[in-house]
Amino acid sequence: MTSRWKALLVTLVLSLACAGGAGAAEPMVRGTGDLGIVIERAAGTVLVVDTTARAILSRVEGLGDLSHASAVFSRDERYAYVFGRDGGLTKVDILSGKVVKRVVQSGNSIGGAISQDGRLVAVSNYKPGGVKIFDAGTLDLVADIPADYGAGDPSKVVGLVDAPGHKFVFSLWDGGEIWMVDMTDPNSPVTTKFEDIGIQPYDALISGDGRYYIAGLFGEDGMALLDLWHPEAGVKRVLDGYGRGEQKLPVYKMPHLEGWAIADGHAFVPAVGRHEVLVISLGTWQEVARIPVHGQPVFVMARPDGRQVWVNFALPANDTVQVIDVPSRRIVKTLTPGKGVLHMEFTPRGEEVWVSVRDRDKIIVYDTARIEPVTELPADKPSGIFFTARAHRIGL
Amino acid sequence: MARLVLILAAALAAWSAAAAAGPDAARQKELLYMLKHDCGSCHGMTLKGGLGPALLPENLRDRADEDLHESIVNGHPGTAMPPWGPLLGPGEARWLVTILRQGAGQGGGTQ
Repeated sequence: MTSRWKALLVTLVLSLACAGGAGAAEPMVRGTGDLGIVIERAAGTVLVVDTTARAILSRVEGLGDLSHASAVFSRDERYAYVFGRDGGLTKVDILSGKVVKRVVQSGNSIGGAISQDGRLVAVSNYKPGGVKIFDAGTLDLVADIPADYGAGDPSKVVGLVDAPGHKFVFSLWDGGEIWMVDMTDPNSPVTTKFEDIGIQPYDALISGDGRYYIAGLFGEDGMALLDLWHPEAGVKRVLDGYGRGEQKLPVYKMPHLEGWAIADGHAFVPAVGRHEVLVISLGTWQEVARIPVHGQPVFVMARPDGRQVWVNFALPANDTVQVIDVPSRRIVKTLTPGKGVLHMEFTPRGEEVWVSVRDRDKIIVYDTARIEPVTELPADKPSGIFFTARAHRIGL
Repeated sequence: MARLVLILAAALAAWSAAAAAGPDAARQKELLYMLKHDCGSCHGMTLKGGLGPALLPENLRDRADEDLHESIVNGHPGTAMPPWGPLLGPGEARWLVTILRQGAGQGGGTQ
């Protein structure tokens, strides 16, 4: 090769490399259905990931305190709305890997939801306690709903989900209430309150069809169920006193509830303060089984087809993941990804699951049929993993 | 700057450990990590509060050492605060009180 050709080749390679580098700033021309984000909780950054290539596409900086963070997606699956601990609501363009807009809307927030029509984003706050609702396009404030329940400061709010009929539903940790807000007319929200639903609801889930809202209780054994097809029937107690007479263990991490945990006509939920997953029959709401597990469950998540349920655990068992076979309700595999397993997210149709392992600074991708690792990706103290397929699921 | 804060925090930690004959350096690192990430899951990674109250020095000014020690070791029944005693060795809760008073948990710790 002549030196002239060599020079040309180098120029070509360099210009290609530059084009690749610019790709992080300019929006990529591609679909987003196989993309997602991973929260890097300590650095306040998120990784944009590709679940087909099993690759990291970009790192987005400047999202504030993400020590407890979650995200929802716009229905075009281009934008992620990230809810941070510091009350920050950040809209991220995952195609360009850039923050589009960021508002610090409270002192301290816990989670959020996007409306049925994708036009509103709601954030649940600890301080001051309540829910704020924003225009999904501009992040301008549309509605402010303080969680006043008639005693002192407004309540901390948990378990915020979207529901059919332009509704948001959430629970009051301090107040022991469930509120349903109808946003059909964004300028005049209509709030329906359900009081005395139980002591300290810690989180909630809504079934994938948007019908059942179920809040877990921390202050007593049981869950509170609201049938959104029949709100006039009020809130009903289910699994009442499931651990009666048994000594509860100290809870070093609050369990989470998510809509994924419904499989084969049953809800699989963490037992608070016990080494058990509880299985409830949908409809009758009777406990049909208790599955003994390795530690106190944090996330209990069904694979999208419902055949398996994956479980991670609170300290001191947070190095382990167990896989439950749904028909037999037996643990078929115990994995030890490493200390600080914080979250799991299935690919849209569930052939793989991504697991964040905080203390090892990595994400491990598992094949769910073989239940074997496929690959690992580096991430700085990864916590929540959220794939864009959530955009089209009620309650996620 | 962050590095300087870390070094100062480490120096303070080492000094107070010597004073209290608390955990050794390796264990201190583990405890700071636990403070940041595990206590932080309720109190916030920077200890500015969350489900649990903020634990910055100014928030703790009116609480006696013994009171804080009791909270860490035995928790608060009826709230989400668990007893951390079972996960701590002798003198470690006392060392954590010292660290919280110094504000070493915020932004410091180990990354």
